[in-house]
Amino acid sequence: MAETINLQVLNRLLGWLGVDLPANHPLGLAMAAVIQCALILGIVAAGAVFFIWLERKLAGRIQDRLGPTRVGGRFGWLQSLADGIKLLCKEDVMPREADALLFRCAPYVSFAASFTAYLALPFSDGWVAQHINSAVFFILAVLGLEVFGVILAGYASGSKWSLFGAMRESAQVVSYEVPLGLCVVVPVFLCGTMNLVTIGNMQSGWFTNWLIWHDPFTFAVFWVYFTCAVASVNRAPFDLAEAESELVAGFHTEYSGMRWCYFFMAEYGSMLLVSGLASILFFGGWHGPVPIFELLGWSHRGGVLEFLAQLAGAGNFLGKAVVGVAVMMWVRWTLPRLRIDQVITTCLKYCMPLAAICFVGAVAWQSGVFGLFEAPLWSPNDLLAEKHRGEYREHWVLETAERDPAATVAGGRQPLPSARSGQPVSQPQADAWEETAVRPSSLTDHSGEKGGTG
Amino acid sequence: MIPLASVDWHALFFWLFALATCGFAVAVLFSANVVRMAFYLVLSLGASAGLFFLTGAEFVAAMQLMIYVGGTLVLLVFGVMLTAQSRFVSLKTPPGEWILALIAGSALLSVLLAAAVKVPAWKVANPDRQAVAAAETQATTQLGMGLAGVRVDRLEQADPELRRGMSGYLLPFVIVSIHLLVVLIGAAYMARAKRRAVTVDEGTV
Repeated sequence: MAETINLQVLNRLLGWLGVDLPANHPLGLAMAAVIQCALILGIVAAGAVFFIWLERKLAGRIQDRLGPTRVGGRFGWLQSLADGIKLLCKEDVMPREADALLFRCAPYVSFAASFTAYLALPFSDGWVAQHINSAVFFILAVLGLEVFGVILAGYASGSKWSLFGAMRESAQVVSYEVPLGLCVVVPVFLCGTMNLVTIGNMQSGWFTNWLIWHDPFTFAVFWVYFTCAVASVNRAPFDLAEAESELVAGFHTEYSGMRWCYFFMAEYGSMLLVSGLASILFFGGWHGPVPIFELLGWSHRGGVLEFLAQLAGAGNFLGKAVVGVAVMMWVRWTLPRLRIDQVITTCLKYCMPLAAICFVGAVAWQSGVFGLFEAPLWSPNDLLAEKHRGEYREHWVLETAERDPAATVAGGRQPLPSARSGQPVSQPQADAWEETAVRPSSLTDHSGEKGGTG
Repeated sequence: MIPLASVDWHALFFWLFALATCGFAVAVLFSANVVRMAFYLVLSLGASAGLFFLTGAEFVAAMQLMIYVGGTLVLLVFGVMLTAQSRFVSLKTPPGEWILALIAGSALLSVLLAAAVKVPAWKVANPDRQAVAAAETQATTQLGMGLAGVRVDRLEQADPELRRGMSGYLLPFVIVSIHLLVVLIGAAYMARAKRRAVTVDEGTV
């Protein structure tokens, strides 16, 4: 985990205090863990504050109103802060009939699930809290846990409105997980990996390299993904768990103050998360439409310039994710809420078959219509052909097995370098396996180097 | 700095997760409310997923979260909410069932303990756990390739005779998948509402 924190910088800072920090020192690991958790927490919390303001502003404009204007000048940008202070001061009420333990725990379960999924979400090339080889799968798995908090809240409140909301929510989320998973499989098999950093890096270069342009089926599957994502984070027009017009406020009817606030932080956190996932899987992640930093040659030369390129990449990624969230808000304030049977019909009769057709179609396209043609059909993407990519990707296994049979027992990866400070440390070496295995030279030829782009 | 460095962090986190797993598993036993049981089970299974993460088996850990916590338990609670007669269902286990459960549980425990003690490789502490965990993260590829038809782990076999069995588990995998699909379709067919019967009833009433 510590390799993402720049050890050289840390050492220079600590050097003033006369402290020397080795690469895998527990203190360094603990500091890295604290910093990364704080960063993610900051993004989730600040994101919620910003998105609540944005949502109210957008809702206002869509309904031909002004939205918040009073607190904080013309745009009312302090409104969320004022709301936050109000929520902090509110009384924490619990119904007498409620199951006290579960009622108190439920908001934390929701928030923790939404927060944990961010651990595997890269914000720029290699800027991820925890390198997980199957990051896509991990995010989907953890995102599915958020519903548990909602169910607990609905059940423990001891109120009929809450229970109805929770039942709808569980039926909906369990159904929508299936097409969502099927949609995510398409970019995963196009790239041949579930590692989000690698998927993002494969789309480096011009915007034509974004996977959404890969073929018509991938283009179509993005919209299915987006629909399912909106449903799985429980947003309108699929927000039946809340359904203010029928169920008062659904699962959070009985909540107030900070506990209520946690549910909303979880909701906005997951919105940003699924949009971020979409931006990596379909829209090139941290690679901008024009590879400015690659053209300038900044993105792989180390030092401050590479850091700037990476920072711009993170800005790119967040920009795309925020656009996704804004579209979700636009949808919410434009479309009417569906009935529960319509929600399930949309999932099983439309999203599911569409996702399946797109999956088969993308496989056909990529395999040159099941082997009729030599190569994959034409695509604006400059990704490596699947066959060669597979060779490169799995090559490390064969190579290490031939070279050093003992290494394959341990999976072929060398242990992380535990070099002492001062020596050029870890990141390049730790990622050496990924670099050689996943990014063959022919992939980097056309597009310069990896890294964040403008 | 010295006390921090001398702590075995891997072991510390192992004990943390292991205690959480066992503690919440016991809490499942001694709780009477079904939904609370499910909640403790979520925590217990989540902690065991944490154990998998600690060993570097990320894919298995994510699987655990996806299938057991996200799938099975959500369905369990959903079922409870659909079928509950009173608001908070509470279960009273009769003593006979306690005894039966103790017999079954201790039988399984003794088998597992015997198996765990008998593996010689597990008796020696591994000197570099971090390296093992880091290497384990790459095992997913081997796992997937083994299911898709190539046993890459066979490559290290010194004996060329043994190295020959490179074919993986594609056929059993497909058979199991098709079987599951058939079962699902069958279940959906059996659970389907009998439209005709309903209309006849409505007609007579």
